[in-house]
Amino acid sequence: METRLQTAAPEAPVASSEHADYRLFGLATFLVADGMTFAGFFAAYLTFRAVNPLPAGAIYELELLLPTINTVLLLVSSFTFHRAGSACRAGHMPTSRRWLLLTIALGAAFLAGQMVEYFSLPFGLTDNLFASTFYALTGFHGLHVTLGVICILIVWFQARSGGRITQDSHFGLEAAELYWHFVDGIWVILYGILYLL
Amino acid sequence: MTVANPSDLDQGLQPQGWLRYFSFSLDHKVIGIQYLVCGFLFYLIGGALAGVIRTELASPLSDFVSRDTYNEVLTLHGTIMIFLWIVPVVNGAFGNYLIPFYVGARDMAFPRLNAVAFWLIPPAGILLISSYFLAGAASQSGWTAYPPLSLTTPAAGQIVWIVSVLLLGGSSIFGGINFIATVLKLRRPGLKLMQLPMFCWAMLGTSILVVLATPVLAGTLVLLSFDIIAHTGFFNPSLGGNVVVYQHLFWFYSHPAVYIMVLPAFGLVSEILPVHARKPLFGYATMVYSIMAIVVLGLVVWAHHMFTSGTPPWMRLFFTIATSFIAVPTGIKFFNWLATLWGGKIALNSAVLFSCAFIFNFVFGGITGVALAQVPFDIHVHDTYFVVGHFHYIVYGGSVFVIFASLYHWYPKFTGRLLNEDLGRLHFLLTFIGFNLCFAPQHWLGLNGMPRRVAEYDPAFTTWNQVSSVGALLMAISTLPLLINVILTAIRGPVAGDNPWNALTPEWLTSSPPPVENWIGEAPLVTEPYGYGEHPGGFDLDRISGRDLWASGKP
Repeated sequence: METRLQTAAPEAPVASSEHADYRLFGLATFLVADGMTFAGFFAAYLTFRAVNPLPAGAIYELELLLPTINTVLLLVSSFTFHRAGSACRAGHMPTSRRWLLLTIALGAAFLAGQMVEYFSLPFGLTDNLFASTFYALTGFHGLHVTLGVICILIVWFQARSGGRITQDSHFGLEAAELYWHFVDGIWVILYGILYLL
Repeated sequence: MTVANPSDLDQGLQPQGWLRYFSFSLDHKVIGIQYLVCGFLFYLIGGALAGVIRTELASPLSDFVSRDTYNEVLTLHGTIMIFLWIVPVVNGAFGNYLIPFYVGARDMAFPRLNAVAFWLIPPAGILLISSYFLAGAASQSGWTAYPPLSLTTPAAGQIVWIVSVLLLGGSSIFGGINFIATVLKLRRPGLKLMQLPMFCWAMLGTSILVVLATPVLAGTLVLLSFDIIAHTGFFNPSLGGNVVVYQHLFWFYSHPAVYIMVLPAFGLVSEILPVHARKPLFGYATMVYSIMAIVVLGLVVWAHHMFTSGTPPWMRLFFTIATSFIAVPTGIKFFNWLATLWGGKIALNSAVLFSCAFIFNFVFGGITGVALAQVPFDIHVHDTYFVVGHFHYIVYGGSVFVIFASLYHWYPKFTGRLLNEDLGRLHFLLTFIGFNLCFAPQHWLGLNGMPRRVAEYDPAFTTWNQVSSVGALLMAISTLPLLINVILTAIRGPVAGDNPWNALTPEWLTSSPPPVENWIGEAPLVTEPYGYGEHPGGFDLDRISGRDLWASGKP
């Protein structure tokens, strides 16, 4: 009771004007928020599926092959990004950059696959409720993938020798990696709900 | 890896003096004041709009403004008061100002994100208000923007409304991320979570709700904008869409939004009462658990807003029970505040008067809230003035009264000067009488069937509507003593000294106003922020706080 207020002993750690890097924690919190946006969309889609009948004559059919290939592409890209991160942390920057390039290629291939699917589907954005929800969900996810590919491109550029990203300082790479895994995880849920269910 | 605190790096580049309040300042105290003043300006605009509403409703006919204008006015009033006044002020203003002090930090975890979050607000607010002057007129579908109403009212205004709310939602999410990181990660070494002042817990709970719920509203409004612009049919029944899904998604955010508005207020009251009652906060641990219980329950009660939207019986049962449960943690908090006051040496100043009025108002609003959670009663009064009365008791009688209490309590911290007590009590009296005169009769009107959101009503309701309008007039007048007080005090008010209330929470253990990085020396380690009373020989701040220990940390 005598020491309601105390200052730390000189040898104890004190609040300093420098603090540890919490940017990844902040990003993770943001991704929780971002995930809730998807959760809202998923909930809306599932409710539509449960209570809104497809109107007579409306077309809403999805092919499985292309999205399944796309799923594999994204999952592999998560792995390649993980290898890029490991290589960076181990100090092998050229190896890391090669893995990053592969990840970019896989992400771009995913987007190309998505475009092919869009143009081959027998329904448009405003045809019916499920068509609209399909495009809104995959489009919102595709936006995330596009942003992710751009981020990885920047990271790839910054990881060149003499760039910002080095073995000791690689926040950009770690942030992009966390984000990319998040986007992949969302796709797996989306694939299950939109295509398999 | 460590990151130098940006306020270190940029200090040389930041404007000084009053100019910094108009700059992209990274100082959490400057940002807090920016939120407060900006929010108050919007409060005046939202209040003027409320004046238009109450003037119109002083007579049964729509003779003051046209019906469409009335709809625009009520939409703008609700949106401004919620998104531009209460949410930014209880979270952004007091949260930003106080949280770094309370955790013993020099700033928030992400100062730049913090500044971005604030600077999203003025453009969003200007955008929202400017929609009134757009060709095609402002949004008319209320702050809820329910389809199909929001699909049939003028599209331009509705889209501007959506963009504005999206910006404000983004600001809110950025703020929430910052508060979570600051409370969880930036605590001074040696400071435990259960030693934090209660406001930290309130902001932590609020920020969890912000991060979990706000994105759902954002996504929903994007879908609504597709319905308006691209003619998709998510929420358009004539295109096979489902309006009830919109209501579910909207209330998944907007019920937690009530707690986003009142949980910080709960936290602020928990700081004010112990100081002025000279007693420790009663039941610290139960307060913490109550806040977290409200956070969890607050996320699973949304459909009690939708009992007339064809909700199936099991859903009604679940949401009635879940909603009624919220009365338990809330009740615990109220008894804790009463027990804090009980037997205290209470200084009955403006801060305490507003805090006690908050307890009175919120208990009344809470009881009508529990009543509204019961399906048979809710169906009777759904969309009537009973609901309007209820939620004004919560958000005005709750949050806004606490904002005023906090202003009187922390004004000496912000400026180093004490607000005038006589003007403060006049402000309190006018607000308290005006508020109750304005909103209590609305319960009666609603019980008798007067619907909300209409410019015209049955002449049988005239008398109580006029009483309500007189109350609104008193509330409008009540801002005058506040404004005069704040301005006169800022110019030539009595100097308060660093700690006029002899408070123990960390923000008072530095100069008033505080230096740029909060403490010249190291931050004090306050492990018992409510250690008042129980001192043989009376209260001696110097002795119990060991002032000589931390005096080296003062300018």
